[in-house]
Amino acid sequence: MNNVNILKPNKENLNLFLVFGALFFLLGIFDFCLNNFYEKNITGFLPGFISFFTPLIFGMIGLHLIRIEFSGIKILDELNKNINTNNFNAALSVSIIILIIFSVAPLLNWFILDANFVGDSKEACTGGGACWVYIKVWFNRFIYGMYPNAEQWRVNATFIIVLGFMGLGYFFPLKLKKYLTFYYVIFLPIISFLLIYYLISGGEFGLEWVETGAWGGLSLTFIVSFFSLIFCFPIGMMLALGRRSDLAVVKYSSLSFIEFWRGVPLITVLFMSAVMFPMFLPDGTYVDKLIRVIVAITLFEAAYTAEVIRGGLQALPRGQYDAAKSLGMGYWRLHLLVILPQALKLVIPGIANTFLALVKDTPLIFVVGLLELVGMLNLAKTNPKWLGFSMEGYVFAGIIFWIICYSMSKYSQKLELKFKTDR
Amino acid sequence: MVLNLDLVFLSKEASFDIQFSLIDYDGSMSYGRAYLVGLLNTLLVSFIGIILSTILGIIIGVARLSPNYLINKTASFYVEFFRNVPLLLQIFFWYFAALRALPMPEDAPLIFGSSYMTIKGLYTVAPVWNNFDIFFIALIIAMIVIFFFNKFAKKKQEEEGKQYPKFLISLGIFIIIPAITFVVGGVDLSWSFPELKQLAKTSFTYEGGMGIPPELIALTLALTLYTATFIAENVRAGIQGVGKGQKEAAASIGLTPSQVLKLVIMPQALRIIIPPTTNQYLNLTKNSSLAAAIAYPDLVLVFAGTAMMQTGRAIEIVGITMATYLTISLAISMFMNWYNKRIAIQEK
Repeated sequence: MNNVNILKPNKENLNLFLVFGALFFLLGIFDFCLNNFYEKNITGFLPGFISFFTPLIFGMIGLHLIRIEFSGIKILDELNKNINTNNFNAALSVSIIILIIFSVAPLLNWFILDANFVGDSKEACTGGGACWVYIKVWFNRFIYGMYPNAEQWRVNATFIIVLGFMGLGYFFPLKLKKYLTFYYVIFLPIISFLLIYYLISGGEFGLEWVETGAWGGLSLTFIVSFFSLIFCFPIGMMLALGRRSDLAVVKYSSLSFIEFWRGVPLITVLFMSAVMFPMFLPDGTYVDKLIRVIVAITLFEAAYTAEVIRGGLQALPRGQYDAAKSLGMGYWRLHLLVILPQALKLVIPGIANTFLALVKDTPLIFVVGLLELVGMLNLAKTNPKWLGFSMEGYVFAGIIFWIICYSMSKYSQKLELKFKTDR
Repeated sequence: MVLNLDLVFLSKEASFDIQFSLIDYDGSMSYGRAYLVGLLNTLLVSFIGIILSTILGIIIGVARLSPNYLINKTASFYVEFFRNVPLLLQIFFWYFAALRALPMPEDAPLIFGSSYMTIKGLYTVAPVWNNFDIFFIALIIAMIVIFFFNKFAKKKQEEEGKQYPKFLISLGIFIIIPAITFVVGGVDLSWSFPELKQLAKTSFTYEGGMGIPPELIALTLALTLYTATFIAENVRAGIQGVGKGQKEAAASIGLTPSQVLKLVIMPQALRIIIPPTTNQYLNLTKNSSLAAAIAYPDLVLVFAGTAMMQTGRAIEIVGITMATYLTISLAISMFMNWYNKRIAIQEK
């Protein structure tokens, strides 16, 4: 146990350093917790400024003491390599740990420990935490909007059937694989539209008519995103090809179309579809609000998709065009069989980002008076019986949207890997 | 159907009030003036948002490349969380949930000895200038001098290989020339602090200082936190996009680490970072139109909302609004294209 040099922790006194390091580190955390959650300052005898930083200083001393190279303990080496390479890094690590404790503890309290889960009225919420009763009571409204309770099975049935049709493409036999694009781009939208028209909207086959104004909640989010997604892709593709066309008329009309939609905010486009569009229709014709919104979002996102796809088209080497032409392929065969499959592969991340943006833009349809999930939240929080629970609502919606968007982006990363071919 | 387009309404009296305005405005002024107020409010929130999100984005982007596991993971958690939640939801969250939990004006604690964060907004110190125009002219002169000095220094370096401490001298010029105006130009700066004032028995407010409405705070917060995630990803991609060989080559010819970063990595990384970041700036500007949802008086709310309801001139107003956004978008993208061209590789 001779020559213990505190400034240079070494392997000889490993245990000593480890014990003291851990002790100091825990002391720092302990001091912070006492300060923050119990309002007891054990280092109050020090001047205010130093006392404020004691957790950080203790933590840094602790991490300094355990910074031993090649200690032979696997966990310790990993720890040192990842969060504790030098004093600066140690300081950052301690700050982050303190920040995490600082934010996670109150959040945990709010989310779970102090929250209320049981009951069916506002009175059940007594704790200081979240009132999940509110979400429970309003759950049906958040999912189905103003859709009549007795008819909600129709929405569920439609979604299950559409999902079934979407999944069906996965089981296509190899012989039919070449019709897959056709299936997804033309067959599926038609089937879904018919389903939604007859099953959700109703009015025939003895089903009660439910006007689109009553649709809402998360199901409306899905309906709007689904149709916009399906339509914006082919339109965007045509625009991208049009922008690179040799025909001046096609080229400049696509160009101005794309630049126009990319230059204006979606909210004004929706305004336009709500206010201006009906003015241009002949008297007596009426296009449903929902359809107008879907068309507006589709055209808006199609312009963005077009730019993404154009990036992919530009990235392809000229040789691909020349080779395909030398085989005698015409414009359409060249693009459909050679260029687009390669270009689309390259821009999967970009397309996924556009699709994510589309899903995240759907709440904007509140400007035309359609209430999807976020709109329903805003309606619910003004209900006099349930005032003061806006936080719970927004957190709930945030989690739902996060799950949707995060899984979409993870899926796109998987697709990207799957289609990645080294060139 | 006949469309009769008519812009005369722009000079008519607006007769509605706007809560927050950068220029003098009241209900007796024209619709044209209301349009200007809305436009300035939009530009204000976009400008603040662009600056803050760039700073935050760079910090987070660099943090995501940190070898420190904790920092790296915290930064990616932030990015993954904030970019996967709709912006409108975030705006609503900050405005209706988070900022509503703040104390009433009379209970608000003093922050940094000068500001109060209340449910009615942030009240903070405001500068009170005397002869601000002279100070402003001095600032412009300082910038011109710095511009010519840098040109001169670059020329000297190319001709004689002589290096000036450019940054320090520029900073000196930037401080000294405006400072002179305080001594000789009669420029004077004092601070006005907010003070609590009782309006009625239970109603309080702050007078003096600068009041920033909660709408602006919520909007800026949401826009910044949301856009910064995208900028962070761009920064990360840009720095990662510079080949490892570049760094090693630069080090092997004897450049110091800071020189490697400044002269080799950053110029190349910026080329990758700038084009997608321009798009984010454009997005931020367009997204600022979501302000209408929380009644921040921006262009869409003031002009495409209130003014349209009152005049009924839907086509003209939506047309003007869209044209304005198109102009802003094109202006930003032209500026960034110019900058991008300036730093692009000069290929032989």
